Amino acid sequence: MKIHEYQARELLGAYGVAGSRGEIVSNATEAASAFKRFANPYCVAKVQVLAGGRGKAGGVQIVKTPQAAEEFCRRFIGKDFSTCQSGGKAENVRCVLITEDIKIREEYYLSIAVDRSKNLPIILFSKQGGVDIEETALKNPAAIQRIHFSPNSLPDESRIFSRVATGFSKESIPRQISSIAAKLAKLFVEKDASICEINPLALVSEDRVMALDAKITFDDNALFRHEDIKALKDPEEEDERERKAKEFGLSYVSMEGNVGCLVNGAGLAMATMDMIKLAGGEPANFLDVGGSATADQVREGFKIILQDTRVEAILVNIFGGIMKCDVIAQGVIEASKETRLRVPLVVRLEGTHVEEGRALLKNSGLRIISCSTIEDAADTAVKKAREFKELHVHSR
Amino acid sequence: MSILVDKETKVICQGITGKAGSFHAQKCLEYGTRLVAGVTPKKGGSFVGSIPVFDTVREAVQKTGATASMIYVPAPFAFSAIKEGIDAGIKLVVCITEGIPTLDMVKAVEYAKAQKARIIGPNCPGIITSDECKIGIMPGYIHKKGRVGVISRSGTLTYEAVWQLSSAGLGQSTCIGIGGDPVIGTGFMDLLEIFEKDPQTQAVLMIGEIGGSQEEEAAVYIQKNMKKKVAAFIAGMTAPKGKRMGHAGAIVSGSHGTAQEKIDALLGRGVAVIKNLSELGASLKKIL
Repeated sequence: MKIHEYQARELLGAYGVAGSRGEIVSNATEAASAFKRFANPYCVAKVQVLAGGRGKAGGVQIVKTPQAAEEFCRRFIGKDFSTCQSGGKAENVRCVLITEDIKIREEYYLSIAVDRSKNLPIILFSKQGGVDIEETALKNPAAIQRIHFSPNSLPDESRIFSRVATGFSKESIPRQISSIAAKLAKLFVEKDASICEINPLALVSEDRVMALDAKITFDDNALFRHEDIKALKDPEEEDERERKAKEFGLSYVSMEGNVGCLVNGAGLAMATMDMIKLAGGEPANFLDVGGSATADQVREGFKIILQDTRVEAILVNIFGGIMKCDVIAQGVIEASKETRLRVPLVVRLEGTHVEEGRALLKNSGLRIISCSTIEDAADTAVKKAREFKELHVHSR
Repeated sequence: MSILVDKETKVICQGITGKAGSFHAQKCLEYGTRLVAGVTPKKGGSFVGSIPVFDTVREAVQKTGATASMIYVPAPFAFSAIKEGIDAGIKLVVCITEGIPTLDMVKAVEYAKAQKARIIGPNCPGIITSDECKIGIMPGYIHKKGRVGVISRSGTLTYEAVWQLSSAGLGQSTCIGIGGDPVIGTGFMDLLEIFEKDPQTQAVLMIGEIGGSQEEEAAVYIQKNMKKKVAAFIAGMTAPKGKRMGHAGAIVSGSHGTAQEKIDALLGRGVAVIKNLSELGASLKKIL
């Protein structure tokens, strides 16, 4: 679960990590008043969206007058905003962060995540901040300090200090960095974060180090023990269909193509999408109905897929293990009847009770195309989608 | 021969009185697994089918001599269940539970390592040695005794692979679902090392997916240490960046963890990569 920058600032503040002075505003009037309080002599205005890459998209600007702050808010609040990292999905801007404009002397990078290859949390620190850390990692891996720690024993400041101390003009600078990193580690563990990133961690006047932007993501699986964090959730993080899917225990991700797919199991679902692509088509979605799908879940899955009007064929790929193919087939039949399915439906069943399942599909009286291999099913679905499209164009 | 589990392995089930636990424990028993006991606090003295239930793992282990555990305990309590199992002397913990907080698993893996126990999973279908021992939720009958070791991050995709291997007449030695989470107890590399030493296993099929860098690390390991043939399938070529694809661990972060990156790493180290999901069985047949 992602949170907004202003929420991350508050959380960091609660853990004793200082940021610039500022305030969140939701209209132009508030922006002008915030400007007057925090101008130094200017302010920075930042749209609050969950996607990264706001700066490049024009969502972060220095405003020099109260009027400019007002103007910024009028331009963005209530409007859709997207960045190169939005994945084509715009977010509605509801608020803007107005902070003092601080003169930055140096920019550092600090983050904590779980290092999956070591199975431990890791602090990443680089003196080259502000830029994309992935680029630094590629071009100059030595410029990144990596400090692993166990959630059972948080790293103390002196341990971090010994790793980040070199190359600063004054010892007080790495001291502050170590202190901030230790606080961030505490936050990371106590709140079950999955990523805590401060970029830039800035060196400003009087040799002070502060967090000028922060991104925090939390482990969805741990939200059950953090009511305070759960309350920060922005429902817009997921689109309507993703939300709906979750309610029924399904996992849905919208994509750009026209072949909808419904599969049991995440790995098989991804592999099915890949097969659609291999057959020359484009998947419209990822939809995992779970390893032990029920007929109800299949029906809800169909409804969600069909809300996407770009879908021109549906491919169902089920490997019946514990879940039997005849039960799934029954679910598919009911779902097609209930949704009055117009687009071609290709079903590939394999596994437990497959013969019974295929017979049910065949005798359903519906135009369901049954295939026995996934390759055949993907080819057929892509072909049928193409035919449906042509028919559709001609009938217009 | 096989790896990690065989017909002698004595298994208990933690969380046996839950819906999934009781169902699958009995399926394992039917398969032939020596499933000797179940554990659910405050349900000691009762039975699930013919399986006796104990209050604690310690008691179950003392009474039965079990060395392996299969866990269905709900996610919020899974960490303490794993710890309880290890404390009682369980050496192989197979955790089926999905949705365990990542930091709980960090602690669990750290604990297991210190106590010299092995965790498989979580969020996995389990482990099965064909015709001998099934610890998990996979459909037993699709597995046939044979020559291919299978290691997979997925569930149903593994069943697909197993089905094809069985249909192709190759069968499997042992098949391990290592789980779809970011932090797991046992990875590709650990198991490749064990398969390399197993006389029954003649080739290994690894099924990876987007997210993390386990497959890349395995590629390096294979080139350096494996004499046996290894083939790989990687799911998620079409997966968009930054989106979690069902599994908590299946996410491309930044530009890292893409399927292409993994395929390139594997091919670069001489590992056969199977692109067409329908050809898993046929491809293995070809390289064997």
